[in-house]
Amino acid sequence: MNYNVDDNGFYGRFGGAYVPEMLYPNVEELRQNYLKIMAEPDFQEELQALLRDYVGRPTPLYFAKRLSEKYNTNIYLKREDLNHTGAHKINNTVGQVLLAKRLGKTRIIAETGAGQHGVATATVCALMNLECIVYMGEVDIERQAPNVARMKMLGATVVPAISGSRTLKDATNEAIRDWINNPEDTYYIIGSVVGPHPYPDMVTRFQAVISEEIKAQLLEKTGRENPDYVVACVGGGSNAAGAFYHFLNTPEVKLVAVEAAGLGIDSGESAATSVLGREGIIHGSRTLLMQTEDGQVTEPYSISAGLDYPGVGPLHAHLHQSGRAIFESITDEEALQAVLELTRLEGIIPALETAHALAALGNIGAKPDDVVVVNLSGRGDKDLTTYLDRFQLDGK
Amino acid sequence: MANRIQNLFGQQQTGLLSVYFTAGYPSLEDTVPIILELEKNGVDLIEVGMPFSDPLADGPTIQQSSEVAIRNGMTIPKLFEQLKDIRQHTQIPLVLMGYLNPVMQYGVERFLKKASEIGIDGIILPDLPLSDYVREYKPLFEVNGLSNIFLVTPQTPEQRIREIDEHSNGFIYMVSSASVTGSTGNKGVANTAYFQRVAGMALKNPGIIGFGIHDCETFTQACSHASGAIIGSAFIKALGKAGDLAENISTFIQSIRKKQNA
Repeated sequence: MNYNVDDNGFYGRFGGAYVPEMLYPNVEELRQNYLKIMAEPDFQEELQALLRDYVGRPTPLYFAKRLSEKYNTNIYLKREDLNHTGAHKINNTVGQVLLAKRLGKTRIIAETGAGQHGVATATVCALMNLECIVYMGEVDIERQAPNVARMKMLGATVVPAISGSRTLKDATNEAIRDWINNPEDTYYIIGSVVGPHPYPDMVTRFQAVISEEIKAQLLEKTGRENPDYVVACVGGGSNAAGAFYHFLNTPEVKLVAVEAAGLGIDSGESAATSVLGREGIIHGSRTLLMQTEDGQVTEPYSISAGLDYPGVGPLHAHLHQSGRAIFESITDEEALQAVLELTRLEGIIPALETAHALAALGNIGAKPDDVVVVNLSGRGDKDLTTYLDRFQLDGK
Repeated sequence: MANRIQNLFGQQQTGLLSVYFTAGYPSLEDTVPIILELEKNGVDLIEVGMPFSDPLADGPTIQQSSEVAIRNGMTIPKLFEQLKDIRQHTQIPLVLMGYLNPVMQYGVERFLKKASEIGIDGIILPDLPLSDYVREYKPLFEVNGLSNIFLVTPQTPEQRIREIDEHSNGFIYMVSSASVTGSTGNKGVANTAYFQRVAGMALKNPGIIGFGIHDCETFTQACSHASGAIIGSAFIKALGKAGDLAENISTFIQSIRKKQNA
């Protein structure tokens, strides 16, 4: 089984570029250039220097002793939360912004759910002196206020998406419409492994640094470079794609993708695409999609803005269909418990998205000698209002 | 055998007015009355929009009419049910326009067969890639006598326009400017260099200009560059107005055609 993208942009039967003609020249320009540019020595030199000195890579691989004791196994946390801006998202935005500059683009647009990709995009645009417009669902603007404030501080324009469910899907629609309206000067930095080819592959490649480092760090710490499990949360799936990438063709490494069950799989308020979705087309990609019988996209739900998406990247649809990855789903309540658990056992406050991955630790069946790597994709600062409220810590 | 689109362009090559509306808007059962009223008012071709929850290429007007139509209960099976006897009432060329996902869920082959049985003449699916069409679907369109209509834009390279022309057999939908549907102003129809470039290519298919055509002035301007023009969002706005549906339609179409009739 091959888990890499083919020449036509497909992972098995998923992927491709289902875009209207208005987007064709832009997507085609990118398709023809991304691998070439990414392979250029000066591009790599600039990227690696930024990842090291600006983003703060490599991020630590931390043995979580107390969490390991609790689950009676060996748990390592890949500390993507320690990146500049607090999540893995910046690995991709640094890469794409360098690419955009080489394509001569002067205006950057992005969509964001939890705001982490928006902040990461606004950050690199400030650094590179580029205009930045971020589309964000109105609902998400409300529930992720600290990240909206950060984007504004960084000089980005945050545009509310007011159609549909007013979350990540709708922000993505608005960003695509902006790109249609501004095809010449604008570059669209997609934040996840979704969208038309080559985005899923390109974003996966920029995030693959996560698994590259895991291998080297694990070898150093344990004498083996392959863990028994890699666990990551999946909305669109960029942190999971990055954490899985260098293990895709090593079948003894079990890959666990954790989706948001929201209020429960059967509650009608969920974002667990692998369970509730079927093959369809969203945002230019053939993938698993939550939809009605008539092919209208369903409005998903999760407490976590970053997982509140009705599709998954085509790579993940392929990993699900082929059985290469194990898919778990975690409810809002279970994720919140996992937040508190990690905070009190390890002194690390994770993001709500990341907490879904942590909450799956009890479900995977890891044995005492197993090595489990959890991708700690982001930190929880943006979710503190939710946490204080839910854990009744606000003194009321 | 030529379909009604091909016959239309065989007879007339100028000043054609094509109108788009979203099926199921403003009310679920308005589809057939709107078609008949448009024909009565001298429209040449009708594009019936199949609403989709996430219409990427559309501006706020069509997004909103689509939302309303879906809420009203419009689906592909419902639309086919409404249109099943349409050819007993009118011979105006009819095109179905929508996004690929709902068609894919219905089944592309089943969709084309059913459309053909009803007497539909053409299909526009903006997010169906040319390469997929050529590889998988072209014979199915042909066997069902349906024209597949492709879009070109000011950014489409000449070689690709030629490729699109080669695989088209109705007309080419010329997107006036880089924009989603429903833009106003005349940025689109002022794009003379683009229209002249396409006209100079001597394509086998006629072109109709759409996106941003919203009044008599922009319609007339567009007609000076191509065989005709398509009006969508502006017409949907007119449909959304209070008052009698037939009267709104007739007032709107007359406002577009007033100069030509004068």
